Amino acid sequence: MALDSSKTTGFKYVGTRPDRPDGFDKVTGRAKFGADATAPGMLFAAIKRSPHAHARILRIDTTKALAMEGVKAVVTRADFATGLTGENWNILENVMAGDTALYDGHAVAAVAATSALSARDAMKAIEVEYEILPHVTDVDKAMEPGAPVIRTGAADASVPEGLHPNVVRYHKSGHGDVEAGFAEADLVIEDHFVTEATHQGYIEPHACLGTLGADGKGELWCCTQGHWNVQKVCAALLGLETSQLRVTASEIGGGFGGKTTVFIEPVALALSRKANRPVKLVMTRAEVFKASGPTSSTSMDVRIGMKTDGTITAAEGVFRLQGGAFPGAPMEFTAMCAFAPYDLKHVRQVGYDVLTNRPKQAAYRAPGSPMAAFAVESVIDELCKKLDLDPIDTRLKNASHEGTRASFGPKWPRIGLVETLEAAKAHPHYTAPLAPGQGRGISCGFWFNHGGETSVSLAMSEDGSAQIMVGTPDIGGSRASMALMAAEVLGIPYENIRCTIADTASLGYNEISHGSRVTYASGLATIKAAEAAVEELCARAAAKWGIPEDAVYWEDGCAKPSGPNAGDFEPLPIAEITATMGATGGPINGHFEATPEGAGVSFATHIVDAEVDRETGSTKVVRYTVVQDAGKAVHPTYVEGQFQGGAAQGIGWALNEEYIYGEDGRLQNAGFLDYRIPVASDLPMIDTVIVEVPNPGHPFGVRGVGETSICPPLAAIANAVSAAAGVRMRQLPMRPSRILEALDSAADG
Amino acid sequence: MSKLHVTTKVNGDTVEFLCDPRETLLDVLRDRLGLTGAKEGCGTGDCGACSVTVDGRLVCSCLMLGAEAEGKEIATVEGIAEGGALHPLQKKFIEYAALQCGICTPGILVAAKNLLEKTPDPTEEQVRYWLAGNLCRCTGYDKIIRAVMDTAAEMREAS
Amino acid sequence: MVDVALWSGLRPLVGGRDSVTVEGGTVGEILTALRRDHPALGPTLDAGVSVVVDGRVIAASLTEPVHPDSEVVLMMRLKGG
Ligand code: FES
Ligand code: FES
Repeated sequence: MALDSSKTTGFKYVGTRPDRPDGFDKVTGRAKFGADATAPGMLFAAIKRSPHAHARILRIDTTKALAMEGVKAVVTRADFATGLTGENWNILENVMAGDTALYDGHAVAAVAATSALSARDAMKAIEVEYEILPHVTDVDKAMEPGAPVIRTGAADASVPEGLHPNVVRYHKSGHGDVEAGFAEADLVIEDHFVTEATHQGYIEPHACLGTLGADGKGELWCCTQGHWNVQKVCAALLGLETSQLRVTASEIGGGFGGKTTVFIEPVALALSRKANRPVKLVMTRAEVFKASGPTSSTSMDVRIGMKTDGTITAAEGVFRLQGGAFPGAPMEFTAMCAFAPYDLKHVRQVGYDVLTNRPKQAAYRAPGSPMAAFAVESVIDELCKKLDLDPIDTRLKNASHEGTRASFGPKWPRIGLVETLEAAKAHPHYTAPLAPGQGRGISCGFWFNHGGETSVSLAMSEDGSAQIMVGTPDIGGSRASMALMAAEVLGIPYENIRCTIADTASLGYNEISHGSRVTYASGLATIKAAEAAVEELCARAAAKWGIPEDAVYWEDGCAKPSGPNAGDFEPLPIAEITATMGATGGPINGHFEATPEGAGVSFATHIVDAEVDRETGSTKVVRYTVVQDAGKAVHPTYVEGQFQGGAAQGIGWALNEEYIYGEDGRLQNAGFLDYRIPVASDLPMIDTVIVEVPNPGHPFGVRGVGETSICPPLAAIANAVSAAAGVRMRQLPMRPSRILEALDSAADG
Repeated sequence: MSKLHVTTKVNGDTVEFLCDPRETLLDVLRDRLGLTGAKEGCGTGDCGACSVTVDGRLVCSCLMLGAEAEGKEIATVEGIAEGGALHPLQKKFIEYAALQCGICTPGILVAAKNLLEKTPDPTEEQVRYWLAGNLCRCTGYDKIIRAVMDTAAEMREAS
Repeated sequence: MVDVALWSGLRPLVGGRDSVTVEGGTVGEILTALRRDHPALGPTLDAGVSVVVDGRVIAASLTEPVHPDSEVVLMMRLKGG
């Protein structure tokens, strides 16, 4: 009989707040991040990048660079695999340009030398001759007839005929008859919204240390959200056998989706193969901005019809996203998340994935969803204002719940949107008085969450302690959460468990830490691995007592006979069983491998108060409350941390952050001085409410929490600012100049 | 280019190194002295991940040349704990989960310690403005500010 | 036989219908049947889809069971940050 420790209440360890296992190393400076590794004989590398937004590469001359003191190798596209197709080809083309540079910052060559300074000098000495081509960086302009074609034949079968070749993917979904729905409405509002590209803004730049020999065997150390993916992609790009490359994930200094792909790792390995020395490659901050993967910018049209009682009769959205010079802008998620919070009879959503001369976008926390919420929740806010309706009551009236049909097709399972709205309504923040000049905004947000391929292995030690090996890099305290879940099943203290992120040679395949999947999927696998170990522990006790295995059960870290009929035996503690495990059948381990498919979607409702200075146009967020469904908060402090971090990133996106491209197609603000992320003095404390509506797909009810927290802020802040300023803000970021313009035109109009 | 010989004190120990005149103090700490606690988040003085103190003054080590360390006293995150005993700030940061990824933590601890040495009873606003040069992308600063305020209160009680 | 609902962008590929009926007891069998019975869906299936079975989003696993009365909806493939 397989052990089943599923439960949603009565936890002993899950839900407590112990210290994290990596805390000591991280407060003492001992923790090793991507750039902290060294190797004997190590070389340093630097990448030569295109200064042009779009240019044919006519000639690359490396003679001068190679002649310089200390220079050991130069690589160009010729040093990588040929014949790749699909996404591998896209990634290679992005990692090292072929015959065309597609954006400002696109890599064209790289050099390795004995010091970082000589590598940088040699990089500058590489000569590249370009033929400059016309470029386009704006999503709407890239779709216009006559816009420069960035790549012919990049469109897939989804794209209807007659669109510009820069439109490479298309999505349309929905149900009902929207025109009939709009006819039933008492008020229909249609509006146009724009958001700029933002960067995940992790403080640790991409960094790696690679060794690759002519024998095709390699080692790679890097900061990544998914080292099995790095292994697979690097092997493909370098023509290696996947298993011959061993990848170790360093401590990771933030990722938020931006470290789910590769940028520099294959380059370091190619240089190492040529120089036959270990090569370290670290991006500068400017390179991170120009040549890693920011999010998409958008141009959106949303139309919603409402009756005077607040019932939404129909909704329609068109979402245009540019994702740089490669297909992949997450427009289908923008489209599918847009109306997910609402139970709609008539709904239609359309998405366009558009190429521009910008870096290849990468995932950023709930990719595509925050922008959708900005457009949709702004229109709902405006409808509520015009119809004099309470924004939470109106959302409650239309809220999706178990059994209603999602805007993207299926019926919802058990979800927690209504609970977050009710908790927001009951929160003192919602009814607190506002000072003059302040406005309050609310918004809902939705994200899918994800399961994915997962392997976990657990090993008992002789003293009764346990070690867990997981393969999902710890991006938010997940080692603590894994240990808590294992402690719950094993019945031993949290402190007796050590959780390690295994390298690719030490554990089976694991998908990337993305889609808020870690606590869900690695957590589920940890629980199952611990259950397997417990079964074996019970079997050893049964053998010792000479009773059947099913007459033994496990409680509080001890094997116990299941009742008087099983025999009269004292409970056998775990340490007594493990002390003799070598002689009673061998080591006691548990492992679990699967692709769990029960990830629970999650909803959030945010409340924010903003104060607008009408003289300067600057905005201050004065109060912020996050309410989100976590399913089950395994370590509530880290759940709060995810809520607060997502809200803060959303505040930056809403108010300050944007990629600014000049007429020349060059990025104007590739640094933290001009790309301004929120600093401590910009923000208030961020209040959190954890709602727990258990996910039936996880033994303890866990839903992902990492991403949903960035979905509502853009809209909630826009609604607050619009209320404070008395004018609807339709474009992000709401920087001071934009607010002053809006105030001026409102005064004129 | 010939290298410069520099003698300085780091976390109380006298050290000597040779460095290129263009190398920053951060490069020297990390690549020549093996002290990788200070991090490079930007290299341009905008993120504070490289914060150290030089003769008691808080500086971005990416903005100072290694050669300028001659005769100075440098303190880095590696010197905050005394032996095995964590500084109260370090304990509170763990207790409050004032770190998620932890890349900003060394710089923030150096800066916060420097603040509390000068200002044992800071207001929330003072803490927020003092730490405004230390970017954290993970936490939204909430738990960091609370940890610093609570440490200050505890240290005042203890003294 | 299972009814598979299609997102509206796919409907022109199957003669305007909003769902198609195919044979299959697992997600994998359904995808195979879709490819066989409706070759026009091939490129979309190659690009990657998630299959929603009774409200659960199946992103990868072909072995997930599907019952004749299951609600099955195709969705573009899920990933995250
Ligand atoms: S690395 Fe020195 S301030 Fe950012
Ligand atoms: S904890 Fe990650 S940047 Fe501060």
